[in-house]
Amino acid sequence: MGAGHAHKLYRQAASPVHDLPPHCKIAAVFLFVIVVVSTPREAVWAFGLYAVLIAVVAGAARIPAGFLLKRLLIEVPFVAFAVLMPFVVPGDQVHVLGLALSKNGLWGAWNVLAKGTLGVAASVILASTTDLRALLLGLQRLKLPSLLVQIASFMIRYGDVITDEMRRMSIARRSRGFEAKGLKAWSVLAKSAGALFIRSYERGERVHLAMVSRGYAGSMPVIDDVTATGAQWRYAAVLPASALVICLLGWTL
Amino acid sequence: MTSSAAPASLEVSGLAFAYPDGHQALFGIDLTVGRGERVALLGPNGAGKTTLVLHLNGILTGGAGSVKVAGLPVEKRNLAEIRRRVGIVFQDPDDQLFMPTVREDVAFGPAASGMRGAELEARVHKALERVGMAEYADRPPHHLSFGQRRRVAVATVLAMEPEILVLDEPSSNLDPASRRELADILRALDVTVLMVTHDLPYALELCGRSVILSGGTIAADGKTADVLADEELMRTHRLELPFGFDPRAAAAKA
Ligand SMILES: Nc1ncnc2c1ncn2[C@@H]1O[C@H](COP(=O)(O)OP(=O)(O)O)[C@@H](O)[C@H]1O
Ligand SMILES: [Mg+2]
Repeated sequence: MGAGHAHKLYRQAASPVHDLPPHCKIAAVFLFVIVVVSTPREAVWAFGLYAVLIAVVAGAARIPAGFLLKRLLIEVPFVAFAVLMPFVVPGDQVHVLGLALSKNGLWGAWNVLAKGTLGVAASVILASTTDLRALLLGLQRLKLPSLLVQIASFMIRYGDVITDEMRRMSIARRSRGFEAKGLKAWSVLAKSAGALFIRSYERGERVHLAMVSRGYAGSMPVIDDVTATGAQWRYAAVLPASALVICLLGWTL
Repeated sequence: MTSSAAPASLEVSGLAFAYPDGHQALFGIDLTVGRGERVALLGPNGAGKTTLVLHLNGILTGGAGSVKVAGLPVEKRNLAEIRRRVGIVFQDPDDQLFMPTVREDVAFGPAASGMRGAELEARVHKALERVGMAEYADRPPHHLSFGQRRRVAVATVLAMEPEILVLDEPSSNLDPASRRELADILRALDVTVLMVTHDLPYALELCGRSVILSGGTIAADGKTADVLADEELMRTHRLELPFGFDPRAAAAKA
């Protein structure tokens, strides 16, 4: 797999994590998230250990801490949600600096924040070490419905084509003196969106024709089959397995 | 056409077709293309060229008449084999190249017919080699120039090792250098070619024989040099040579 589809999150580097087959990584992250989510929220130390695990994996993947932290910013909307919880959840109250906060709400906020952050961090590591093409192959390999994988790969292929078309339409509008302001602009923009939809639809028809002409009969042929050795599966399993141990301890202690 | 051991690459006889809205686009087409021949299909806009092309691999069916590819009739039960034998290169390479990388796109056709592994890899490499694009295998198509995309589009059908290569407007939107490179590639191929084009000098350069399709019927079929030199015929069918182009002189030079 080559230089092709470096997306914004991907970070080129040589590391054992980059070298893992994509479906091993996807499975590992997925299981890790499930384990984290099923940990009791009161086991605060367990979440600390999970964070250590993430840091170790990020280290193995040669991802600098700053890069990881910056990418965690997509979490901000969650944080806002979590901050609200202590104020709105009914139940026992604790008083902090004269504010009445719900005890249940505080735990709920902690729950969302801790689990959300860990889940996002694991996903960021996955995305930083796997290019888009490989991600799709991995999903295909994990038997995700082939239609979904096809849709996703068409989005990658035609994203730029459609953005280009949008840009050309915008240039054409502005060349004829159109500036996007005021209420009237909305009707023009809506019409452009309609035209864009029709163009994309027609392109879809032509692409389908080209696919059928080359023997497409409903399912994508397997061109690249990613395979993993037992050793690679075991290496990828280290993350969810250690997490599982921590989780079980969290339930029993 | 005298009968020989190998059946003609393409035999169209009595083909007529009307679109569902009632618009009759083809009125009884007869056309035979021998193995290894390169034929240009000329005609004004709306003549029915694309409609005819879409009959060659059974995308459009249901009218009168028949189409045979290397002796095999285009019918529902043969469609998979027919689509392997007829390689259509559509006009816009962005429609033709729908996979994330060049390599996967070229592999699509053969993989759809069940090819895998090393054999598939070799087939892809050979097809890309034939159009001089082997070093671009891992690139996404949208990072290539238009001329390169057109060449890759040709490779995607060459990879199926078709009996006949059908090209819709292969020289459109190409700059002169890309146009010439594509001509060199097409000339070097040893497959039957049917080329839909408005580029008359291109037809003269590449195809010994030309067929004019006009108003859904075949209006002329002959040596390209003769067809292009017949001013009356050309005018009737809205075909215009570029300014200053003399088909007789050009043919004599070639
Ligand atoms: N989907 C369609 N439905 C109805 N009429 C069509 C359709 N596609 C093409 N036609 C008509 O059939 C005729 C032949 O079209 P076409 O084969 O596209 O011509 P060409 O490729 O030679 O320019 C034209 O008059 C066109 O308007
Ligand atoms: Mg056409």
